[in-house]
Order: sequence, then structure tokens, then C-alpha cells
Amino acid sequence: MKIEFIVNGQPREFDVAASETLLKVLREAGCWEVKEGCGEGVCGSCTVLFDDQPVSSCLVLAPLARGHSVITVRGLQENGGSLHPLQEALIRHGAVQCGFCTPGIVLTAFAFVERTPDVDREAIREALAGNLCRCTGYAKIVDAIEAYVKGVYG
Amino acid sequence: MTEVVQVAKEFRVVGQPVARHDARDKVAGQTLYAGDWTMPGMLHGAVLQSPYPSARICRIETSRASRMRGVAVVLTAGDVPRNTLWTDLPGQTMVVGPLRSRLNVLAEGRIRYQGEPVALVAAETEARARDALEAIEVEYEPLPGVFDPEEALRPDAPRVHDEGNLLAQWRISSGDLAAGFARADVVVEGEYQTHFVDAGFLEPESGVAWVDADGVVTIRVSTQVIEHFRDVAEVLGLPHNRVRVIAPYVGGGFGGKEDVTVEVYLGLLTWKTKRPVRMVWTRQESLLARTKRHPFRMRYRTGALRTGELVAQQIDLLSDAGAYAYMSALVALYASVTAAGPYRVPNVEVNARVAYTNNCPTSAMRGFGAMQVVLGYESQIDRVARAVGLDPKRVRETNALRRGDTLPVGQVIERHVALPELLERAWQALGDPTLPRAPSVRVGRGVACNMQPYGRLVWLHDWASAWIGFEMDGTVVIRTGVPDLGAGQASSLCQITSEVLGVPMEHVTIHIADSALTPLAGTTTGTRQLYMSGNAVLVTARNLRQQVLEVAAQVLNAAPDALTMAEGEVRTAEGRAVRLPEILRHCAKLGVPRTHLGVYHAPSGEVVDLSKGTGKVFPDYAFGAHAAEVEVDTETGKIRVLKYAAAHDVGRAINPQSVEGQIQGATVQGLGFALMEEVILEQGINLTTSFSTYLIPGVLDVPDVEPVIVESGEGAGPLGARGIGEPPIGPPAAAVANAVENATGIRLTTTPFTPERVARALGAVTGEDGREPVPEDHSR
Repeated sequence: MKIEFIVNGQPREFDVAASETLLKVLREAGCWEVKEGCGEGVCGSCTVLFDDQPVSSCLVLAPLARGHSVITVRGLQENGGSLHPLQEALIRHGAVQCGFCTPGIVLTAFAFVERTPDVDREAIREALAGNLCRCTGYAKIVDAIEAYVKGVYG
Repeated sequence: MTEVVQVAKEFRVVGQPVARHDARDKVAGQTLYAGDWTMPGMLHGAVLQSPYPSARICRIETSRASRMRGVAVVLTAGDVPRNTLWTDLPGQTMVVGPLRSRLNVLAEGRIRYQGEPVALVAAETEARARDALEAIEVEYEPLPGVFDPEEALRPDAPRVHDEGNLLAQWRISSGDLAAGFARADVVVEGEYQTHFVDAGFLEPESGVAWVDADGVVTIRVSTQVIEHFRDVAEVLGLPHNRVRVIAPYVGGGFGGKEDVTVEVYLGLLTWKTKRPVRMVWTRQESLLARTKRHPFRMRYRTGALRTGELVAQQIDLLSDAGAYAYMSALVALYASVTAAGPYRVPNVEVNARVAYTNNCPTSAMRGFGAMQVVLGYESQIDRVARAVGLDPKRVRETNALRRGDTLPVGQVIERHVALPELLERAWQALGDPTLPRAPSVRVGRGVACNMQPYGRLVWLHDWASAWIGFEMDGTVVIRTGVPDLGAGQASSLCQITSEVLGVPMEHVTIHIADSALTPLAGTTTGTRQLYMSGNAVLVTARNLRQQVLEVAAQVLNAAPDALTMAEGEVRTAEGRAVRLPEILRHCAKLGVPRTHLGVYHAPSGEVVDLSKGTGKVFPDYAFGAHAAEVEVDTETGKIRVLKYAAAHDVGRAINPQSVEGQIQGATVQGLGFALMEEVILEQGINLTTSFSTYLIPGVLDVPDVEPVIVESGEGAGPLGARGIGEPPIGPPAAAVANAVENATGIRLTTTPFTPERVARALGAVTGEDGREPVPEDHSR
């Protein structure tokens, strides 16, 4: 079936099967930044913002996206392609190792700081509970988000 | 008197927590991993995996699958030019005959584990490839199997391989064990059991292959070892120079991408179809068939004096190789060499065996045998401390190895061992004790130390090479065949180069991990890459610097050794300076190369007969000490790690932020091993083939790990660095077990320490009649 939804601010048309996941459709449309780590909604690597809410795109059937807005990590870059300050914070704090979980972590963290900027470390940890990272041990990811929030709102 | 060694801080870029150059692309979502690559006319590959752990293949019928629309090819064992994969030690001397092992690329008649590859398919879409797998008809005759290494070694056990089930045995003996035990005031015994663990990298096995110009089979694959190009060439029956492997930035390896993964399937499918082929495994396929960390059954008997001084240790190790040898013999060797821990023990006997079973094969995973034995030797130290009534830290300090001591295997420790300092720093980092937050909760603290080799066995004659060149504008290019797994391997090399050549980091570009275009640097395994390619880059950069300075000396009319390079220029002591581009133009005019190809050879030695204790086995060892504070809920058995500090002597921290990241990340993997991750195999059938059943730690499962970096400057790596990739994964299980004993009085001996297991052990110790705890039931 033909459906239309918005990807990173641009309306796009897709030809999808009823059983296809949003993850698969996005990747086939060239959104390689959306990663598949487990295919069953556990690892969070495929996180996208669906109407500004972080969701595991492997658990969303593509036809459900009709008329909605989907944002991938590339959609966070500001005009001119510069990174969002939250992304800069992750770089500065050494929160990126292999990077495979990073697009999902960035989007989860972005949704969190937009929604709940008044935070402490425990709240940040709660927010990240659905995103697995096998490399960092999480501390530097939490450091980066904490520093970003303090820098912007502190 | 403790020897304290400190490193001088005289560098500009080295030692700074510089942001890694690869982080920018990764955080922007611009890094194209192996499975993100796409090629015109690309097919999709898939593997048929055996559902049985032990069976005979009576018949395979592929014609229905082959005839399906959109299916390009179906391959079984008979279609593979040479159906054997040799596990050797890539790029090295090829003189290690007894350590070679082989397996079939595709099963040939016999199935030895669940998940063994049976057939390959390539089709126009991924869905069609999976449909085709289902259309392959395979008739299996299930056979009896053996699923426990102890049972596998019984004479009447089903044979996994015709030559018998004992894959390898190592014996180490030093001193006089009987005399040692005769001197002992106390003797403590313990039996420990570790479990199967998956690497759990988030990027599954994946890659894309195509036949490039000149018929070169080119494979862009997620791997720790680009030198498997030789293995693929052997399987295809091609000369080695007709296969090229490229490793893009890897989405985690941890040893699980050290052996051949999908590159050989990709090579076969692209060679047969002459079309590009992509293969990306599902998490289920990966958890089912990827080689696992070895379970070890360890029996320790330790003798000590009243002072806590260790006098004798007898160690029996048995590990499960699963169905194929892979690296199992080497893993058992690493375990044997380090089994007595980082301590002076004059009389030691180690007997290590590794047995074939019909379980999923085991091979390299972070820690490589040297991590499993930490639970053994560090639990024993605490038991000794309890028996003689001393502080466990004190017993460790009393026995800690020092420079000049000899390991049971006969190797003299040539470099500084900072154990007492590490122990103290880790302990102090825990800060004030936490009070129990409920009556049912007990809080306790424990420590554990470890030693981990870095670099390869000295008789493998390890080497690494690198090429560095100046462009005419003064920017720098590095080429080296280093796969970057995400630990900052490439970035550290840029830092070293930037330091030596006096150019800013942003003027350095690195091309890595292409077996055709980058000078080979060996594997990113065994905590060897900073040590080996770091030294190669250092040697190369220094030579290039010398070449350029000699020309600069003519330009500036000064002696070469009076010149410095910084901020993209060459300066004299008096402050006269020339920008690099001008010097480089002079180089061109004079015919002086602006490039250098350098090689670093690790100090090498002869093959050591372990049983005779004849000498050096590894280039050096890395040492660490961890301290844990845990709470144990005596009602539920749940262990929560409240605080955790991990101290390591890294020699010199090239990038302290990357070092901290390695310490924190490896420690959390170690805590996952200790507390929650477990591959559950029931009669060879894997019950944990998803991330909802195979539980890797999430952010709420672990505390912030406090990394403590000690820099003795004593490493064998560049500028005195030691490797740090593997070492921090060793101590967590033992540190937690020791803390739990401190909290509750019970000794946990079987990993993982799940609530169920802890509750059972607590039930035993708090029994009504006050009996001693009964040994745990190791059966499931």
C-alpha cells in the first residue's frame, strides 16, 4: 500500500506491505542511521521519535505511520548541518564508543531533555532504561546528558 | 617498602582527553556500518542453521528452493571448493601446529551443535532468501550427544570428533607441591563454576561482498581480523591476493568477531553469483550460533602460612570447547598461565583440560580464559584471609607479585607491578560505607585483583606495520590495517602521530583496516592493538619526523636535533620557524620521501614447554584491583551493586577518556557476567536466543563505575602504555562474591549470581539447625 508520512520534516511517500515494520521501511528508504540490534523492542538501537515520542521502530508497523511525523537522529541537526548541543556533549564526554547504540541514545536523551529538563542522574538513568549499550558502561552517557542539562538550564 | 613508579607528563596531545575523531560521525548517524552498505544489483544472503545439536544429515534437497523466483543460488557443502576453515593465528609464523583447529564451512554429513551452518542462499530480497531457507528440505537423524565436559571425558561418552573428546591439556608445575602443603598452616579448598556468555555486541554479524575489478573478491565486513582474507581465499580456492577484506567501524566485537563470521559465506555467494551480496544476521541467529565464552569448572586447593603468605596452590581446570576447537586450546593456555593470580606462590601445579561437547562452540571473548580464573584465585585469597584471621587486602599485599618475581610458568616479571597502590586507591574510592536501607538488606564490601596478558604469545613473532605520509599542505595521512571496534583504536594512533609530528589532531586523517590498501597490523584482539600498532605508528612517525627534520635543518641552517615540530611548523631553539608546506616542497625538490612505512616487531622468543616452566610466554601483563560495595536482599536474593571502583595501571594513558571508557565498559560487562547474563543450553538446545532472555546489563542494573587510572610508565606499548581492553573484565565476579560473603557470610561459587541462586544459598546458611552451608547444586 502507498502511504505518506513525514521524515525529518519532509513529507515522503512509501510503498509498504501491511506486515513491514517502520524500521525496515526507513532503512530501505536510505535512513541507515536507524539501526537494528534485536528486532524485538529490547535494545533501543532502532529508536526514532514518532510525533516527538521515542519509540522502537522495530515494533511499529509501517502503515501506522501514515500521516505522522518521524524523526531520526539526522533530523536533529540544525540548519547548516551543525550538531545539536546534546550531541556535542556526548562527543565531549566520551560517551560514544562503537556508536551502534548512539542514534537511539541521542533520540531518547533528546526527547527526555525536551520534556523534563529539570533532572537528576537517577531520572536520566530511568529515561535511558530502554536503550542498551554494550561498550560504555553508561556512566559517560549519563555524564553527558547531565552536563548538557546543567549547561542549558543550570 | 612499596616501589612507586610515576610517569612524567611531558606531552602536548598524548595524555589529553581529546574527543575521538570517529565520535562526530557516529553521533550524527553518518557512520556506515557493515550492514548499512549497499551496492547496485545486490543480492541478500542467508544461512540455514541446524535445529539439532547432534545429528546425521541423511539427505538435503535444494531443488525446490533453487527454483523459487528471485533465488539466485543455493549452496551446500558439496558446492564449496574447499570446505574447511582452519583456525590458525592469522598473519603470524604458522609454526603452531598443535594449536590449529578446523571446522567445516558448511556441515558435511554430521551436525555437532545447534546452529551449525548447513546451507547458504542468495536471493533478490531478504524475505525471499528466508523463504528459500524454509524450502530447503533436510532430513536429519538425531544422534546421542554429550553436553557436559566432565561427561565428555568418560570413555563411554559419545564422540564429538573421531579423535576423542579431549581437545587439549596443559600442565604447569613449579616448586614442590607436597613440600609446600606440608609447610602450610592452613589449607583452603574451593570449587567454582562459570557459565556460557555471549559477546552481545549490538551490531550483529554483517557485511557486503562483491567481485571488484581484476576478479578480486572484496568483502566489507564487521570483523576484528581483516587477515581472514587468507581463510576466505583458501575456501574459495583462490590465490590470497584475490581476496580483500575491509573492516568499517565495527559495532562492537569483544572477541566474538575474532574468528571468521559471515565473510566466508559472503565470499562464496558473491563468487558463485558474480553479484554483490549482503548478509546481516538476526539477533536470534547470532545468539544461537556465535561462539561463546568458555564455562570453566575450577578446583582450587591453597596452602598458606599464618602470616597469610601463600606457599602452595593446586589448580584443576576443565573448560567446555563446545563442538569445534576454534581458540579453545589457547583460551585454556591463558587460563593456565594466570591461574595462580598476580601472586608469588612458590609451589604450584595447574592441570587444565578442555573437552569437546555438542554445545555451541566457545572461543575468544574479552578476558580469554584469564578472566574466568579470577573467580577462583580471588575467592581463594579471601578464604585464606578468613582462615588466618587477616584483612583480605593485607593478604593480597603480602603476596603481590613484584618486578623480578617468577610466575609458575617460568616467566620473570620484568616490569613494575602496582598492585598494592591499585588496591588502596580502589578501596579508598568507595568512600564512606552505605547503611542498609531495610532490615532484610545486608551491605558488604569486597576486593579482587587480577592479571591479564596483553599482546600475543611471544613465539608467535607478532608484528604490526603502519604508513604515514605528509600531504603537500602539511596535513598527515596514516594508513594501517587496524580494525577499530569502537574502543578508539584509530583515534589513539592519530594522537600519537599528532604528538610526534607536531601537527594538530584535526590535520591527521587515518585510513584503517583494508587488507589490500593498508599495511597489515594484525588482529584487534588480545589487548594487543594499542601495544602493537601504537608502537608501529610511533616508530613510523619518528622516522618520518627525522626525514623531514633533516631537510628542515638545511632550510633553517641548524642541526636536526636542535629543531622541534609543533603547530604545523618546524622551529629552532632561537624561535626561527618554517611552516611545514615549505619544508615539504624542499623535500620534493631534493627527492627526500615525505612518507614512511614502519614495522614494529614484538620481542619474540622460543616455544615454551609450559610443564617445564621454561620462560617467557607473554610480552607483559596488565594488573588491576577492583573494590565493590553490594547490598544483598536476604528475602529475594537480589544483589545490587551500590558502589564500584576499578583501578588499573595502564602504564601511560594515551587518551585518559578512552581509558576510562574501557575500564567502565569492561567492568560493566564483568558485572553482567557476574549477575545476570547467561546462555542457557538444555541438552545443547539454546533457550536464550533473544535479548529478552539473554540479559545484558541496562543502565538501571549497574552503578556508575569509578575508574582509577594509575600510570607507572612501565608498559611495553608506545610511550610506556599497557593495554586496557580486556583487563577490567576480570575482577568483577570475584569482587562481588567477596562482597557478598562480607555482607552475608555465604560464599557464592557458581556464576551468574542470580537472585534464585543467592536465595538458595542464603536458605542453606540460615537453616534452622545452624548447619554449615551445603555446597550448591550445580545442576539446573
